[in-house]
Parts: sequence; structure tokens; C-alpha cells
Amino acid sequence: MLDLVWLVPAFPLAGFLILTFGGRRLGEPTAGWLATGAMAGSFLATAGAFYELAGRDVHDRRSVTTLFEWVPAGDLTVDVGFLADPLSLTMCLFVTGVGALIHLYSIGYMHGDAGFRRFFAYLNLFAFAMLMLVLGDNLLLTFLGWEGVGACSYLLISFWFTDEANASAGKKAFITNRIGDWGFMVAIFMTFATFGTVAYVDVLDTTAAGTVATSTATVIALMLFVGAIGKSAQFPLYLWLPDAMAGPTPVSALIHAATMVTSGIYLLTRVNPIIADAADWVPTLIAWTGAGTALFAATIAVAQRDIKKVLAYSTVSQLGYMFLAVGCGAYVAAVFHMITHAFFKALLFLGSGSVIHGMDGDQDMAHYGGLRRFMPITAGTFVIGWLAIAGVPPFAGFWSKDEILAFAWNESPLLWAVGLVTAVLTAFYMTRLVILTFFGRHRYADPRPDEVDEAWAAALAAADGAVVAAAAALDAAVAASEAGTDEPAAAEAMVAAKAAHEAATIERDLIVAASGERPELPALALYGEPEVGPVADRLPDEVAARSDHHPHESPWTMALPLVVLAVLSVLGGLIQLPFSSATKRLEGWLEPTLFGNEVHLSVGTGTLWVLAALAVAGGAVGIVVAVAAYLQRRVDHSAFEQPILADAWRFDRLVSNFMGGPGRAGFEATANFDSTVVDGAVESVATMVKVEAGLLRRFHNGLVRTYAAGIGVGAVGLVVWFLSRTSF
Amino acid sequence: MAVLATAAGVPFAVLPALLVVPAAGALLVAVLPRRRPELVKLVAVATSMVVAAMTVWLLVAFDVDRGADMQFEFRHSWMTDLGIQWLLAVDGISLFLIVLTGILFPIALLAVDPGHDERAYFAWMLLLEAGVIGVFCAMDLMVFFLCFEVVLVPMYFLIGRWGHENSAYAATKFFLFTMAGSALMLIGILVLAFLHADATGGGLTFDLVELAEAQSLGTTTARWVFLSFALAFAVKVPIFPLHTWLPDAHTEAPTAGSVILAGVLLKLGTYGFLRFGLYLFPEASHFFAPVFLTLGLVGIIYGGVVATMQRDLKRLVAYSSVAHLGFIVLGTFALNTEGIEGGLLQMVNHGVSTAALFLLVGMIYERRHTRRIDELGGLQKSAPILAGVFTLVMLSSIGLPGLNGFVGEFLVLVGTFNAHPWLAVVATGGVVLAALYLLWAYQRVFHGPADGDNAEMPDLKIREGLVLAPLLVLIVAMGVYPKPVLERMEPSVDALVAHIETHVDGFHEPTSRFGADIVVGDGGDDSGDDH
Amino acid sequence: MVVTTSWYLALAAVLFSMGAVGLLTRRNPLIMIMCVELMLNAVNLTFVSLGAELGDLGGQLSVFFVLVVAASEVVVGLAVVVAIMRRRQGATVDDLSVLRG
Repeated sequence: MLDLVWLVPAFPLAGFLILTFGGRRLGEPTAGWLATGAMAGSFLATAGAFYELAGRDVHDRRSVTTLFEWVPAGDLTVDVGFLADPLSLTMCLFVTGVGALIHLYSIGYMHGDAGFRRFFAYLNLFAFAMLMLVLGDNLLLTFLGWEGVGACSYLLISFWFTDEANASAGKKAFITNRIGDWGFMVAIFMTFATFGTVAYVDVLDTTAAGTVATSTATVIALMLFVGAIGKSAQFPLYLWLPDAMAGPTPVSALIHAATMVTSGIYLLTRVNPIIADAADWVPTLIAWTGAGTALFAATIAVAQRDIKKVLAYSTVSQLGYMFLAVGCGAYVAAVFHMITHAFFKALLFLGSGSVIHGMDGDQDMAHYGGLRRFMPITAGTFVIGWLAIAGVPPFAGFWSKDEILAFAWNESPLLWAVGLVTAVLTAFYMTRLVILTFFGRHRYADPRPDEVDEAWAAALAAADGAVVAAAAALDAAVAASEAGTDEPAAAEAMVAAKAAHEAATIERDLIVAASGERPELPALALYGEPEVGPVADRLPDEVAARSDHHPHESPWTMALPLVVLAVLSVLGGLIQLPFSSATKRLEGWLEPTLFGNEVHLSVGTGTLWVLAALAVAGGAVGIVVAVAAYLQRRVDHSAFEQPILADAWRFDRLVSNFMGGPGRAGFEATANFDSTVVDGAVESVATMVKVEAGLLRRFHNGLVRTYAAGIGVGAVGLVVWFLSRTSF
Repeated sequence: MAVLATAAGVPFAVLPALLVVPAAGALLVAVLPRRRPELVKLVAVATSMVVAAMTVWLLVAFDVDRGADMQFEFRHSWMTDLGIQWLLAVDGISLFLIVLTGILFPIALLAVDPGHDERAYFAWMLLLEAGVIGVFCAMDLMVFFLCFEVVLVPMYFLIGRWGHENSAYAATKFFLFTMAGSALMLIGILVLAFLHADATGGGLTFDLVELAEAQSLGTTTARWVFLSFALAFAVKVPIFPLHTWLPDAHTEAPTAGSVILAGVLLKLGTYGFLRFGLYLFPEASHFFAPVFLTLGLVGIIYGGVVATMQRDLKRLVAYSSVAHLGFIVLGTFALNTEGIEGGLLQMVNHGVSTAALFLLVGMIYERRHTRRIDELGGLQKSAPILAGVFTLVMLSSIGLPGLNGFVGEFLVLVGTFNAHPWLAVVATGGVVLAALYLLWAYQRVFHGPADGDNAEMPDLKIREGLVLAPLLVLIVAMGVYPKPVLERMEPSVDALVAHIETHVDGFHEPTSRFGADIVVGDGGDDSGDDH
Repeated sequence: MVVTTSWYLALAAVLFSMGAVGLLTRRNPLIMIMCVELMLNAVNLTFVSLGAELGDLGGQLSVFFVLVVAASEVVVGLAVVVAIMRRRQGATVDDLSVLRG
């Protein structure tokens, strides 16, 4: 079975090819089932390979299957081959498993979309690229998968391309990733220059056996880290991930939660011998980048109103935890958290997709509320996911996060503190999300600020209209009285008209005053319908239409994956329970790939219990504060939702302004330089020739006598010249 | 005396046939009745198909085991007193360029109709084909020069008579600029031949192999003569700052003209550097390598930056060619097997993918009659298949692994890194720029809402798809399995590098320092990126 | 008073200079052609006299050449001039600048 490990990426590739060239005959939903079937086949192949590998002796758990020679050039020989070892097969398992579930989910989610077949083609292509990334037996093949997932991410983010924002998001993702790819490529060159090969087996075995020069290993590790930052959205290359939420939610779940973004951590884990040989500040840099990004993103997630943006920043934050783990030498913890994160983050994203699907595309949490009554399955599974990410024992997230925090304490208490604060914030913002979405009042039918503004404007317009009408009536009455036909009646009418005009004017002024003094509508009307004031009857029709709206639960194709993922989020911790080496199954399993570079905890068991308790307590604090702020009205929630946080510390704005301003100006200047200076030099040659010709032309005036004079002068000159040179 | 080529069982002299058939075809087309354009096109396409078949056969008949030798040699005397002979041969370096030419011409002829004066158009195209193939297989300096100059005339007319609004200016600029560059090369050729005759005491000869193996010029003289050659090639490639003829020529040329110009004509310069620069003047190449490496690097970055700000789609692709050819120059002057082979592979790759790009842009122009990016938009909605094909070709141009553009680019960068690490590090930034300008252009042209005429643009027709299909297949095939191409190129490239090592004192091919930094036990302190 | 060769040479010089001055100063094309003829014949005289003095037949040979060339040149030149004069009456050389650069 291990020889057939090439089947794992082959199934989704076949799916992609059939869906692309199979034509329109494969409509909805056949295309979706075909793609899901391909992923399921891939999962079964992975499971088969896994069992065979697990059956082998511990020291024999590595199998390389070469398909063909890819690039033979000079000293460089790169094959297309697959390395099946514990690390790659673990990655494959959850990529294919979670991927298959998300494919199934998409059948329901993308129902009715015009690009249904194209979507599944791209999803399968993505799966193929991701599996090549993970299974490749050399850096170049991993890079093929690396760029491939980047390209598929581009295609899928800009899937609904008629909207400019989606197209821009896709482009931003690709280019930001490419900056990271620059680092990866330099690392590959350095590796080849040092080792003469890029195959993992050779490079890692050689590095583990001897010692690579520190500076060389530092360069390689650092450049791979740059690549990892780009792909796994760490600061400062995280900017693409929040924008990537423009893509359909299954894309966000698969690519930007469970698989593609974990490639960076996979890469660093794979090359752990090189990191071990690098300078000491490299792992420290990795750890601090991870911790800093985790905290940074968590603060932003606190103030977001779009449900997917919260989850996006949450992903950046959790990826930061994984980098923190890698930097502390806790590779097993990183992989463990990667797996549990795949489960609960995919669950959360799919759940949010279910919510968005049920709310007909609305992603603003201010319009949600109380959805647990309408979507019980979604709510139930979402709560499980929430408990997992908040680090509540015994759910999966607790075990993995706790392990990372333990290793962080082992490395530096300051790192641990940052991790703990992030955990508190994580619990807080996720609780906030759950409360705003599933609990409290259903706010969908509430009037919204722009609608209230519209109502006030309508009221003002009506009042103005009344004043104008009254004035017109008054003028008519005045005219009638001046016409002088019916004196008393006319006088009466005039008095009445005057009174009416006065009344209308007073009415109008009252409304203007009321409009000026009306209170600001709260962003989140958590505890009661917002007071609209006297214009309640002027609200636009959409408000009334919304009160009939009933969010619906999702079909079984969407609900089933949620349930499966929820079960996994509950049980996922079992693979690495920290109680004894027998329960630390993941560590034992991954040991051959770690070459002994896993750091050993030097803290005692007692300290570990204290740390765990503190982590749980921190999570509890976060939950309690969020409940107090959003459910019980005991703390003012707007204190947490600072505008600078909602604006993501203005970093994205800074980068955009730079790119659009000085960046663009610089490029424009270069283009102008080309057309004026460089091309100008060429044109000036031509101009010079023209000018010189113009000068010389003056000698040709067409007059015979001038030419004759020239001949004469020349002849005389020649004679003089010859005479002066001869001697008589 | 004609020597019939019997290498690898070839029953007839294929190389002279490759020259004679298109030239004869051009003559034949020129005498056909003017009022029958379909007949004219049929004859022309048939001729180019025959040439294509011959080039494919050349590829198949090429003996891989004898890859470093000159195969299919044809020798016939011409001006014996002057030492000029019709000497044609093919080796791993020129093989794929000839095949590329053979494949691109039928595609270019089939894809677009000129609209007027078909006779002259097809006659010029066939003459151009003959000239280009002549350049690639010429082994005599005078024959090479002759063909090098011959290609200018048809191109001038093709741009000038069938081009767009500003074509007269562009054609004249192209012709004068390129010819000025190669004028000095003639002097260089003569100097080389005469000095060689003086040094060896033998007769005058222009045989390339003889001149290259003899290396009878003094160091300084060789450097000057190399510069005269290099100037001609530098204009042709084009290398910054001699590149300004390219955007105008590409933009104003008709679609088929752009396809041939970008796909094949630019390679005359880079091929010239390999065959006549490095081979004839190894020491001078090594001496001037830093200059050309820097200029290549500048081309990569500069070309990418300027391409980003272009408002005309065709001009953008033209500047992207400057960037891609910068990579090729970089690889060539890395002076090691990976770099040179990468550059050579990129010549073929660039030919295929840029030809496809120009064809697609031409198709858009045919439908919308504009090349301006701000007038196009949302085309993926109205023409999804066209958009999909464009995406594939665009990803190849960006250098996505799995497609052809990546392998060549990667080899170039690996080779350059082994020779000059910092240059490679900066040049890799060029791949980010490539993504930037292509994706931004794609977004403005294909994404977004489609309004007005853009919404009614018809999608790819079957005929157009068939014309593009060979290029698309090549893009994928050469990306997934480039080995057959590489194994035919490698012996000749190795021989070239060995030749440079022989004739340049103290030069060793920059290769990976395998094991240099790896010490069992104690870590050394060797800096990984010196130079 | 013996008439020596120098007398002939002097006469030739005088004739030549008269022709040259006439060519440079006169504006009528016909007159200019006649001046050119004068110069040519002056040269002929020089050739013949020096040929006689030095006993070299080359002098008389050159005269043949010059005469032939002068004759053909007169034919062509007069034809062109007459054709132009017919078109434009009273045209002088100063008016004929069609061949200017």
C-alpha cells in the first residue's frame, strides 16, 4: 500500500481533470459528489498507507516512492517522489479527512451557484497541490505544492469575481504569499549550494548526522521562516488572510483554517535538524513572532463585527501559537495544535457558513442574535467548537494549547505570559461571538442606522412639504381675500390658513430639533429594541419585511460535517494526553521525524498542574467577562470594541497607503524615466542626425555659380598645396 | 562539395531543406494570383506545416547519445577564396530553437489573417522563417551574419504595412536600432577572421568551430571583438538600456508579427550570446560577465516595474518580455551548466508562453478593437474559456511550478546563486514583480463587472482553441516532464562550459560546494553567502 | 621677336582666366557654357604647346579626349539649357535652384 501512496494526490488530480474537461454534462450536484468522492478515495488511500506504516517497526517508518525524474540539470537532480513518514501521513490524514467533509458541506453551501462545477474543480486542484506539498520528498516538490495552493487560493478567493473587492482580495493574497515564496526559493538555492541535493532524506540525514555550519543553517532556516510567515499569515505578511474571507466560506474553512495556512508550520517541523543547527536567535525569533502575532490578532478579533473576520483573526492568532511552539522546540505540540485547530476551526468556519447561509448572506453579527432557536444543530456544534478553542477541558483545544503554554514557560516566562493573555482574549472574543450570534434577542428585524436616518429624512421632508403646502394655501387665501369676492369667508379662510401655516412650521421646527437631539443608535442593541422615536412609522419597508424572516437550519450535507467535526473536537485531545508517555501517542508516532530535536520539558509535574490551572482560569475569566458584557449588562461592551482595534491597528491601511501612494509614484516615475530618458536618448540620436543634416543642407543651395565658385576655390587650394610641397 | 548528412539515418540533407523550403515557398506565394487570398494562405500554411514536420523529425532523429556533437552537418562551398562556405549544423543548443520556430510559424499564420495584401504578407513571413532557421543552424560566421540581417527586412515590412496606428515609426525604429547594433558585428567578424588567418598562417576562414577551437586572438583584442558582437546581441535580446525599440515594435506589430517577434526573434540575441559570445570568446565572456549579469538583473527588476504601470495590454506583455529575457541573460552569464541550461530552456519556454499571450491579446483586440486596459473589464463573465486559457498562460509566465516557466527560471536562479549568490537573491524578487503586474492586469481586464461592449464579447472559438492547443499542451508538458528536453540540451551545454574552463585561466565552473560547509563534529564558520 | 612656347602658355592662361571669370560672373546659362568651352580650349592650347615643346605625343592625345568630352557635354548641356529657356523666358542661373538640398 505504501507503494501506492501516489494515489493520495492522484485522486483529487483526476477529479480536477474530469471536472474541467468533463464539460457541462456534469452539472450540479454530480460534480460535487464526484469531487467529494475523490477526496474520500484519497482519505482511504491515506488510511491504508497509515496502517501499513504504523505496522512497521519504529526505526523503519519511512518510505520513499519515486515516480519519475523531474529536473535533471548539471549537478541538480530532482525527482517526483513521495516521502511517506509519520509527519507527512499525519498531515495527509487530516487534510484529506477534513477536506472530504468540507467538500460534502460545499454541495449544500454552493447549491444554486452558477460556478458550482468550477468551484469543485478548484477545490480538488487545491487538494492535489496541498497533498503534493505534504507528501513531496524534496524541497522543490514541496515548493510546487506551496505555490500551487497559493494559486488555488487566488482562484478560490476571487471566485465571485464580478465584485471588485473579491478580485482584489485574491490578488493581494497571491502577491503577499509570493513575497514569502521569495524566501523559500532562496532557501532552496542555499540548500542545493550546500548539500548538492534538495531531497529531504539526504539533507536531513546529513544534517542530523553531522553539523552544518551555523551561518549556513541560519540562512536556510531564516529563509524558510520567511516563506512560512507568508503562507501561514504571521506578522507582517498576515494582511491577506482577513481579506481572503471574501471567498466562499468552505474555502475559508479548508484553505484558511485547516490546510494551506498550516503549510508553514509543516515546513519548519520538517526541517527541524536545520533549525537545530542554526543560531540560537532563530528559534527565539520564530517564537516571538508567533507569540506577538497571536496577541496582535487576538486584540483585533475583539472588536470585529463580521463573523468571518473574527474567525480569520482568530486563525492568525492560533497559527501564532503554533509558531510559538516551533520556536520553543515543541514540534509535537505544534503538530498537535495544528490537528486540533483543523478540527475546531473548520467546525467554526463551517458553522459560520451555516449561519450565513441561513441568514441569506448577512455576515454582520449586529444583525444576528438568538439563532440557537432557529438552527439548533449549528448552534450545538458551534458551542462545542467554542469550548474547544476557548481551552475548556476536556475538549481538544485545551490539551493542545496547554501543551504549548507549558513549553512556552519552559522557554521563557514572558512568552508564557503573552500566550496566557492571548488565551484570555481568545476565550473572550469567541464567547462574544457565540453570544452575539446564538443568544440574546434576535436583532435581524431591528431598524438599522441608515434606515433610521432615512426615516428621519422622510419625516423632515414631510414636515417641509407640509409647511410648503400650508404656505401655498395661505397665499391662495390671501389672493382670494384680495380678489375681494366674499369678504367674511375669505377673512376666515385667511385666518385659518395662517394658523395652519404656523402650526406646520412649529411642527417642522420640533422635528428638526428632535432630529438634532436624537440619541445615537447603539451598534449592538443587545437588551431591547432600539428606540427610534417619533419616526417609527416612517421606517422603510425592508424593516417590516425582515420581521417575517426566519433563519433556516442547513441541509444534511452541511449539518453532517458539522457533527463529525464536533465529535472530533471533543475527542481530538486523546492523541496526546500529557499524563504519561503511553498516552502521548502523537509524540511517539512523530519521533522518527524529529531527529531528537524535540525539547524536553524541564519543569516539574506540579508546575505543569499549576500552569494548566492558570490556563483554565484565564479562559474562564475571558468567558465570564464576555458573558457579563454581552449577556448580562454588567459591563459596558463598547469599552472593549475600541475603533483602533476594529481598524486592525491601522497597519493594513498603512501598507495600502504606501503601496497606492509612494509605491505607485515610484513605479510611475520609473515608467516615465523609461519613456523620457531611455527612449529619449534613442530619439535624441535621431534628432541629432536630423539637426546636422539641416546644417549641412545649407551648402546645397542649387545655384550653379556657388558650386562653380566652390570648384574654383578648391582647385586653387589644391594647386597651392601641391606647390608648397614640391621643391624647385 | 556537398556532404549529404547521414547522421542517425537521415536520408536527405534536412538542414538545407529547412532553409530552401520556406524560401521557395515565399517565392511561390509571391507569384500566385493576387485575387485568391485563400489559395495564398493555403500554400503558405502548407509550406510552414512541411517545415514544422521537418523540424519535428529533426527532433526525433537527434541522437541523444552524441548530444555534444554537431549533427546533421551540411557543408557546401560558396566563396572559397574568402573562406566562406554554406556550413549548417545542429546540436543540443540550437535543436529546440529550430523546433520552436517550426511550431510557432504555422500557429502564427493560422491564427490571424492580415486583412489586405495577403500575398506579400505570407511571402514575407515565409522568408522570415527561412532567415530565422538559418541563424539557428549556421556554423559559418558569414552565413550567420547574412541570415541575422535578412530577418530584419521582412519584419520591417510586416510591422510597417500590417501593423497598427504608429507602425511606421515602430518599424523604422526597430530596423535602424537593430541594424546599427549589428553593423559593428560585421567589423568584428572580419577582424576575427583576418587575425586568425594571420596567426595561423593558413587561409581565411569563417568556420565557427575552427575559429573557436583555435582561440588565436590576444586577450585585449578578443575583448574588443567580443564587445562588437555583444552590442549586436544586446540590442536584439534586448538588454537594458538598449530595449526601447521593443515596446513600440511589439505593440504596433500585427498579432502574428508579435508572436514571431517575441517567440523567436528575441532568441536570436540570446542564442548569439551562447553560440558566438561564450563559445568564440570565453575569456572575454568571463571578463564581462559581471556587467551582463548586472544588466540582466536590472532588466528583470526594471522590466517588471515598468510593465506594472503600462496602460496598453500589449505593451505590458512586451515589457514582461524584457524581464523574462533578463533571466535568460542572467543564466547565460552565470557560466555554469545549471544557469546556461536554464537560460536555454527559458528561451523555449518564453517563446511558447509569450506567443500564447500575444495570441490571446490579439484575440481580445480582434473582438473589442482596443488594447487599453481601462476600456476592458469583466471579460471573465462574458468569455470564461478565454479567461481560463489566459489564466493558465499567465500562471506559466509568472513561473508557477508545474508549468513550463518555473523550471527554466529555477535553473537560472540556482545557477546564478552558485556563481553570484546576492544577484540571485535580488533576481528572485523579480518573481514577485511578475505576479504583481500580471495579476493586476488580469484583475482589471477579466475581473469585476462587465458592462457595455465588454459584456457581449464572444468567447473562444473552436478554431482559435485549436491554434492555441499545441502551445497549452507544451506549457503543461514541459512543466511536468522537462527531462527529455533537458537531456538533449545538457551534453552541448556541458561541452560549452568545459570549453570555457579550458580557455580561461583560473576559471572553474561555479558549482555547489557540496560538503564544504558540513563538518562532522565541530561547526565551521564559513560564511554561506560570500562574494 | 621670336614667338616662343611661353607666348602660347600666356595666351592659354589669359583665355582660361577670361573663361573662369566669365563663368563666375555671367548669369545667362548659354554664356556660361561658352565660357566653359573657352576654358576647355585654353587647356587644349596648353596641352598642344607643351606637347610640341617636350616632344611628347601625350599632349595631342589628351586634346582628343578633351575635345570629345567637350563636344558631348555641349550637346547635353545645350539641350538642357535650351529646354529650360524655352519654358521660362529670360531665366537666369540664379533662378534655377530646383536641385537645392
